[in-house]
Amino acid sequence: MPDATGLELIAQDLRDAEADSVLDTVYFREQAALLVAPAAVPAVLEHLRGRGYGFLASVHGVDYFPEEPRLGVHYELLDMHEVDRISVRTRVPLADPHVPSVTLAWPTADHQEREVFDMFGVIFDGHPDLRRILMPEDYEGFPQRRDFPMGGEPVLFTHNETQTPAWWE
Amino acid sequence: MSEVDTGRESLTPEIGYREMEESYDVSHIAHPENDELLTINFGPHHPATHGVLRLLATLEGEFVRDIKPIIGYVHTGIEKTAEDKAYWKAIPVMERMDYLAYYFNAMAYCGAVETILDLEVPPRAQYLRVIHMELNRIMSHLVWLGTTALDLGAISMFWYCFRDREQILDLFEMSSGQRMHTRYFQVGGVFEDIPVGWEEKVRKFVAIMPDRVDQFLALLMKNEIALQRLRNVGGVDEQTLLDLGVTGPLLRATGNPWDLRKAEPYCSYEDFEFRIPVGTTGDNWDRMVVRMMEMKESVRIIDQAMQGLPEGPYITDNRKYALPPRHELATSMEALIHHFKLVTEGFRVPPGEVYYPIESPRGEMGVFLRADGSSKPARVHMRDPSFVNLQAMRPMSKDLYIADFIATLGMLDPVLGGIDR
Repeated sequence: MPDATGLELIAQDLRDAEADSVLDTVYFREQAALLVAPAAVPAVLEHLRGRGYGFLASVHGVDYFPEEPRLGVHYELLDMHEVDRISVRTRVPLADPHVPSVTLAWPTADHQEREVFDMFGVIFDGHPDLRRILMPEDYEGFPQRRDFPMGGEPVLFTHNETQTPAWWE
Repeated sequence: MSEVDTGRESLTPEIGYREMEESYDVSHIAHPENDELLTINFGPHHPATHGVLRLLATLEGEFVRDIKPIIGYVHTGIEKTAEDKAYWKAIPVMERMDYLAYYFNAMAYCGAVETILDLEVPPRAQYLRVIHMELNRIMSHLVWLGTTALDLGAISMFWYCFRDREQILDLFEMSSGQRMHTRYFQVGGVFEDIPVGWEEKVRKFVAIMPDRVDQFLALLMKNEIALQRLRNVGGVDEQTLLDLGVTGPLLRATGNPWDLRKAEPYCSYEDFEFRIPVGTTGDNWDRMVVRMMEMKESVRIIDQAMQGLPEGPYITDNRKYALPPRHELATSMEALIHHFKLVTEGFRVPPGEVYYPIESPRGEMGVFLRADGSSKPARVHMRDPSFVNLQAMRPMSKDLYIADFIATLGMLDPVLGGIDR
């Protein structure tokens, strides 16, 4: 992990390159994170790749309900040579959940962005194949959102199939 | 025409693509006028997919030209379920994700919670965790070896591997009460100290296992069929794998010695001496040998951890996070209150977000945890290695025979419980 000073230096470099790209820095339990504007995500990741963080370990979706902007996307970057990790985080409002896709630059993000779209409804602009990945194609709603209810999925058995009209369609 | 133009640079130019198959005339495939593509469903209920994995395979004759994985058939919403449980009550559901690496799931999750809590884990607990994780790694690799060899037609491997796997499961049953999904790892340590006689049983296993690995290697390494089926098949270069986020034995088979146990030691791994097996070309053969050698190194780690097992508590004595010992409940009001609070509400975790990666048998298994100050996690996300590694199936299986494609899928070692979660 870059220490707190190193994190600020990276943030300053990014701000020099583009003024409003880095909104905040978080240093928690020796883990460094940059909070960036959604539009700046590809540029920030590319800058960090130039600094050696060449491996995108993971992409997570988060729902910050009830805070706004509600939806978050986290990118965990790893520098395999210096053995160093940094997290890039962005937040988008529920009304306009658009984040530029990084799939073309980081092929590993393909399935992971699809998972975030599937579970949270974040739309990754420019993703070549943005479809649901874990839930069925015709599923309605985004199950990992905090206001999505637990359970309540009707299970089809022979005894209740007449109560589930047109299930065969 | 003896060579098929795969459109990419061969990893071993001197041998060429499937030179041993020279007698098979594939000249008609090379002619564009005879091109005939056929798209079929492979799975979800195919025994060689090691679970309910569905692959949309585009074939040209007997060659696989394209692969599209379709997943989600065993999606059970574990991450959502965990959000509705107290931190320590979510451990059992987390363990059921990657059902061959349950100790690793529990370790990644408990490690993330401990990181947010800033909780110290006693050394004895760390060593016990290491012993169980390495036993689990051997167990997972044995299941992989048995089933993959079965796909290659070597049925006897399956029996030998499962015989040794049973020994490990017996050890788990003795130390933690269950064969699988043991819930042995707790936040702050492990559930119980090891029982009398367990150490001796582990020593017996440690003494026998390296020979067993040698036997497996002898069965396969000198086997003409296995050699022909695996060597120079399905190789992918290191950079493609890195771009696709692949970690674990698949990456190490290409010669990149990336292993989180060495690179970012967690849970006292820095105390042990072990090597990281790497391959050279990254073909299916290397993938197999790397895993076999990993089993041997795991045995070394278990041996060292047993030798140096420290005395002391097996779980943190911070009563806010760990259950008090049973005998205290009868005498101490304080212990009773703590017990009641933990069992009803659970403990509260300060707000924060951490990512805690460990090295599972399949690669980097990370848990992202967001705590909002309540007693239930606000978001748990498992970065499962199978899920990410599955994306490498496409470059790995391009332009292979269907039969080799089955072998390559086995070498990928996907666990669908981890992919779909």
